[in-house]
Amino acid sequence: MARKISMKQAINEALDQEMARDPSVIVMGEDIVGGAGGDGERDAWGGVLGVTKGLYARHGDRLLDTPLSESAYVGAAIGAAACGMRPVAELMFVDFMGVCFDQIFNQAAKFKYMFGGKAETPVVIRAMCGAGFRAAAQHSQMLTPLFTHIPGLKVVCPSTPYDTKGLLIQSIRDNDPVIFLEHKNLYGFEGEVPEASYAIPFGEANVVRDGKHATIVTYGLMVHRALDAAATLAKEGVELEVIDLRTLSPLDLDTVLESVEKTGRLVCVDEANPRCSIACDISAQVVQQAFKALKGPIEMVTAPHTPVPFSPVLEDLYIPSAAQIVAAVKRTMAGGRQ
Amino acid sequence: MATAGITPIVMPKWGLEMREGTIAGWLVDEGTRIEVGQPILDVETDKISNAVEAPDPGLLRRRVAKEGETLPVKALLGVLAEPDVSDADIDAYIAAYEVPAAGEGEDEAPAFTWTTVDGIKVRHARRGPETGTPVLFIHGFGGDLGNWLFNLDAIAEGAPVIALDLPGHGQSDPRLPGATLADLAGFVAKFLDAIEVPRVHAVGHSMGGAIAARLALDQPSRVASLVLVNSAGLGGEINAAYIEGFVGATSRRELKPVVEQLFADPSLVTRQLIDELLKYKRLDGVPELLQALSASLFAGGRQAEQPALALEGSGVPLTVVWGEADQVIPAAHARQAPPGAKVKVLPGAGHMSMMEKASDFNALLRGHLAEC
Repeated sequence: MARKISMKQAINEALDQEMARDPSVIVMGEDIVGGAGGDGERDAWGGVLGVTKGLYARHGDRLLDTPLSESAYVGAAIGAAACGMRPVAELMFVDFMGVCFDQIFNQAAKFKYMFGGKAETPVVIRAMCGAGFRAAAQHSQMLTPLFTHIPGLKVVCPSTPYDTKGLLIQSIRDNDPVIFLEHKNLYGFEGEVPEASYAIPFGEANVVRDGKHATIVTYGLMVHRALDAAATLAKEGVELEVIDLRTLSPLDLDTVLESVEKTGRLVCVDEANPRCSIACDISAQVVQQAFKALKGPIEMVTAPHTPVPFSPVLEDLYIPSAAQIVAAVKRTMAGGRQ
Repeated sequence: MATAGITPIVMPKWGLEMREGTIAGWLVDEGTRIEVGQPILDVETDKISNAVEAPDPGLLRRRVAKEGETLPVKALLGVLAEPDVSDADIDAYIAAYEVPAAGEGEDEAPAFTWTTVDGIKVRHARRGPETGTPVLFIHGFGGDLGNWLFNLDAIAEGAPVIALDLPGHGQSDPRLPGATLADLAGFVAKFLDAIEVPRVHAVGHSMGGAIAARLALDQPSRVASLVLVNSAGLGGEINAAYIEGFVGATSRRELKPVVEQLFADPSLVTRQLIDELLKYKRLDGVPELLQALSASLFAGGRQAEQPALALEGSGVPLTVVWGEADQVIPAAHARQAPPGAKVKVLPGAGHMSMMEKASDFNALLRGHLAEC
């Protein structure tokens, strides 16, 4: 039965249903149960924003409150995955991944390749990402490009509660390491989600709006900015096609190419910093594979090449806006062939 | 809004989720005299395209909606008026027309109900008058009650209508009570018990037709009459490639060419339609139950049972409707209907004839109900 729940509830429900379905699923992280873990307060926290709240009551000690050491428990999760468990490790913020890069980049991502395809590492590493939460430079980054760069990792960044539940379930069932990034400013965003379990396969972009004049390719929170821009431009008779990549690795380039072949114009929108971003990657691949379809220059709308500012005024300017997307569409529409 | 002598044509509401429609094109010119039920313009929704039928007769004086425009439900599309109404009055009428606010609460609140039957939660919709024998709509393999979106409201104007999502389908629980026609027909009977409906006119599409026929044979007192639409159960052949393709498809790219086989005009298949089917097919348990159903009912490209052929002599009033261009079950099966059945084959329609030729289908169904 479909009913409306928030993205935060969708994460909780996916974890709950997968823990009920498969006893090898465990969840680890800082404060995901009760923080300090005093008697009678074990379920007090449910994570820094309450995402895992209530799960301890149903699944008990399969939820592990860990010490404040990402390098230790992410390593432990990866080791447990290599030994047959399906751990979901939660880092509060993707910004903290830096302290466990060796475990993720050199170990988890490479086991299958280095052990002749015989080793599986079914670990999920969840973390909040993105700016707009007034949490300053060390808690606000969009680091999707870093993980997408590494062969052996799968990278997910959903935009709706429906996709969040289905993609998290797929992440848990998948036999490879998955980096699952949740935009914290979408946690309260509500949408229709079936109560039953379902998995959305990786590598299938979602065309969230059909259009014929230009294609927007994006993911995460920026999907909503792109839809705002599309609504604005529709009043001027410009119909945007908006593609939500959903998974950055594997990447559904076919859907992007099909759309660009129809519209001839492309705007890549990425909340990440501009250099070596998802926007750069998509732009380069489209130029390489569909150059003849392009009627005008590809535009990119990204964050600037700076850390995320703590000043609210500057932070709001830092995040790509619907107005910037509208302006970029107009630039590409004005240039090139008609 | 009542202005003497002026009748508005407004954007219809097809199904509960429709909010707006895009004008694909007008089918009649200004100055044409229009009859009730005549298709007058094509409208595309995010689900499907269809012709708007004239709800009132009259002279089409003005085509207000332009091709390509997207307008909300109840927006003014055109104006009917006799020649004695002046152009100035019509202009004033158009200028003053305001789209009534979307019917919050009026028909949305109790859209669907869920009833638990044998531990399986069943979604159903019920509309229309309180009294009279209800018309029960049973969808086909992999379908849901949304397949009747162009029919339910039209028929509910004259008779109570009930449509359900079969177990394992739509938004009912993804489980089956069993995979034979008898299991499914027995379940439908229990569902009718649960909602306290003793007797229905059963309208079944495809596999739903075979279920309806099975129900009429097993529990004749429950079925006042039957309408079988592009129905299973009237012959042996069925398109195995379609069934296998539908069961096996896991992505939009795989599913689209399969679903296109359901329509005479494949351009009717929208992205939204495919996305909703994928959402259904991705529920845990659904791929397995579709596999079980197809193995039980359609193994090797043959229909295992032909209950509709056994209706001969049952005395149940029977109408058989088919889309001539059906690529799933051959329209030739219509000719195998038992003697006494009223048979109508609709040109320009495929397997989903009740969607593709909704106005013709609704007229046939109204005619059938009037005679029963």
